[in-house]
Amino acid sequence: MLLKGKAFVFGNDINTDYIISGKYKFKTLDMNELARHVMEDLDPDFYEKINKGDMIVAGSNFGCGSSREQAPLAIKHANISCVLASSFARIFYRNAINTGLPVIECDTSQIDDADVLEVDLQKGIVYNKTKSMEIPVTPLPDVMIKILRDGGLIQHFQKHGDFNFD
Amino acid sequence: MGKTISEKIFSQHSGEDVYAGDLVIARLDFVMGQDGTAPLAIHSFNEMGGKTLFDPSKVAFVIDHSAPSPLEGVSALHKLMREFSHDKKLLLYDIGDGVCHQLVPEQGHVVPGDLVVGADSHTCTYGAINVFSTGVGSTDLAAAMISGKLWFKVPETIQFRCEGILQPGVFSKDLILRIIGDISADGATYMAAEFTGEGIAQMEIEERFTIANMAIEMGAKAGLMEYDEKVEAWLSGRTQKTPRPVAPDPDARYHEVKIYDLRQLEPQVACPHTVDNVSPLQEVENLPIQQAFLGTCTNGRLLDLEVAARILSGKKISRDLRFIVAPASRAVYLEAMNRGIIQTLVEAGAAVVTPGCGPCVGTHNGVPSDGEVVLSTANRNFKGRMGNSKAFIYLASPATVAASALTGKITDPRSVLA
Repeated sequence: MLLKGKAFVFGNDINTDYIISGKYKFKTLDMNELARHVMEDLDPDFYEKINKGDMIVAGSNFGCGSSREQAPLAIKHANISCVLASSFARIFYRNAINTGLPVIECDTSQIDDADVLEVDLQKGIVYNKTKSMEIPVTPLPDVMIKILRDGGLIQHFQKHGDFNFD
Repeated sequence: MGKTISEKIFSQHSGEDVYAGDLVIARLDFVMGQDGTAPLAIHSFNEMGGKTLFDPSKVAFVIDHSAPSPLEGVSALHKLMREFSHDKKLLLYDIGDGVCHQLVPEQGHVVPGDLVVGADSHTCTYGAINVFSTGVGSTDLAAAMISGKLWFKVPETIQFRCEGILQPGVFSKDLILRIIGDISADGATYMAAEFTGEGIAQMEIEERFTIANMAIEMGAKAGLMEYDEKVEAWLSGRTQKTPRPVAPDPDARYHEVKIYDLRQLEPQVACPHTVDNVSPLQEVENLPIQQAFLGTCTNGRLLDLEVAARILSGKKISRDLRFIVAPASRAVYLEAMNRGIIQTLVEAGAAVVTPGCGPCVGTHNGVPSDGEVVLSTANRNFKGRMGNSKAFIYLASPATVAASALTGKITDPRSVLA
């Protein structure tokens, strides 16, 4: 799958409270409603600026804090195609894979706001078109590739009825 | 080759001889979800085609994050949890019962040697009683509810060797804040932390919970401690389950060993807007605060309320602030009432709210206003955490919060603890 979009650059330690605030996430399971508030405490107009396919780019420890799965879901429903970060917090990383949001661990230090990026998930390549630069990607663990291939953990269970990584 | 606590628990629960880095599918002893995560887990459970739980006696839901419900939308989600719980015959703790991470160990659901997941990041709390427990998201919880299993990567371990004992007026909260300040918010990501040494052995179990609770704030998957006679005594009368204590081997391999001399530690404060932005208290001393909060899964236990009552006994809080108290559970609340602790706090000017998470997580019961400064015993001070992104949250020990409630500004508890 080839993803293409513009980069929105954030810093280090972007926690899940910033991604979707607790004051919203307890109210509803309507992810399209939650998506309107994505990253609101860091940039109140963020949702309005997103064009379908755009990407969130961050530094280290993206998704730290609360285990809320509403965080990757809100990002996905805000039409963000993937998140690139130099590292991810553990629970967010699992939640993203389980819900089918592509997360890419790579050196993000050479990506600036509004750079146009292309991500080839199959080949594991990030291409910064604005800077004509190719960025190598840390490969996903095998188990996660299998879950992603099924479309997420829900689909994995629909297919196998249990964990099946053979 | 010797094993860490994590390597032993994952070996026992996967039936394989595993070490850090190995991937396992492991059997779970208990799983938990709360009202911020369980509704989505129910959704995932149904989507997955789930019909029955792997073992209803090993699944608990806790309504604590917005309890009692402040909004219609929340009420609908609570209703969904109640109906699902009734239908599947799982354990439901409803409003007023308490915060999930107090209830799960307090009610005897987990014992040493267990492997536990909860759809809440502070599930790592039970590591204080030698349980490998870790936070997951809602879909992982759903998979666990159906299968009784989950996949894990066996983590490497950082050992924190705590030598000496804390000085009066310095608490386990100060220690864990200092550690997080040193190692940073992602210093232990993907790893387990083991806390060991005389300093831990001397602590009461409630103080140990505070440390294990905050392991996630340095990115750790678990915050583990060893079994000892204090854990044994604490468990006595709480549970029918048999503990299977797990100790690390002397030749276990650690990613890193860090040594802390507890005798040298001073009161600490985490400053806005990250938990690892930690300073010695003296650097922020006398900063005016408008709200003090005592409670949460970090510091809402009996010892925490007791030290606050000791400081506030016969006194009144500053007129310049509000002081909110949320006991961690109904049992804590009742015991604090029996001992006159609640009486003391209320007489001093505290507003006591229902046991639960509300103020900490910004759902209700104490949302600060723009520009206000809050001093809290919670575990997170992220911008917006308490429901207002224009407020400033500082984190400290219950003694520091109580001493500061007295003066209206950040105050060293050693100045009021005779």
